Amino acid sequence: MVTPVASLGRSGLADFVLQRVSALVLLAYFCCVLGFFVAAPPSHQRLIAFFGNLPMRGFTTLAMLALAAHAWIGMWTVGTDYVRAHYFGRGHAVYLACYQIGCLAVVFVYLLWPLSVVWGLRP
Amino acid sequence: MRVFLAATSHFTISPMKAERPVNLPLPSLFAAMPVTAVASILHRVTGVVLFVGLFYLAYLLDLALAGAAGFERAAELATAPVGKVALWIILSAFAYHLFAGVKHLLLDFHIGDSLVGGRVGAWLSIALAAASAGLAGAWLW
Repeated sequence: MVTPVASLGRSGLADFVLQRVSALVLLAYFCCVLGFFVAAPPSHQRLIAFFGNLPMRGFTTLAMLALAAHAWIGMWTVGTDYVRAHYFGRGHAVYLACYQIGCLAVVFVYLLWPLSVVWGLRP
Repeated sequence: MRVFLAATSHFTISPMKAERPVNLPLPSLFAAMPVTAVASILHRVTGVVLFVGLFYLAYLLDLALAGAAGFERAAELATAPVGKVALWIILSAFAYHLFAGVKHLLLDFHIGDSLVGGRVGAWLSIALAAASAGLAGAWLW
């Protein structure tokens, strides 16, 4: 059996489950953040108090991990669907590798950027 | 084996290739797309839009939490017309991606996975997302 080297869980089933679990985490996180923004227009103090408290820092960390997995699996699926020999000819594997490295770099930024912001807060 | 493959590719694949339409009539193909196909491709497109749009959200978060001056800058940016349009696009894309995702989870449990159920689910996710886009617009403006 050939394992797709760049899939996250190294198996389609693992990715399938991961995509759904991460979706549920992100749904819960979105509801939480949306509730905060809809409740009242945020002031600087309220924003720091909201994102800076420990449970919310933990939730943000969990959500960003879920986002990294979810985004990577999604972008991997899109890439492997379109960047193939039928459209891109003989060099398609090179283009796909470049695309995947690019996506991975963006996912890495999306993982570290919000976390460094949230964990660097001094509430 | 190699000879066999060469032979089959010569006799079966080549004639089929010759009959393949080269230019697909894309506009009429899109017009003929069933609503389930539109719902499916929208899920994908909104996912990619979110992947790009998240950069703006991360930037806003960084700015808004970086001191009082940063918060003012972020508020200015988010309330400027271009900033609002960007937020509206991201929120609308997110709303569709969310409803289509929930539909996907229901389909995993065989809820609405008949032909009629699929069509109803597709229309429902599109309608709910359109309503959410309207709400997001009303909230932003």
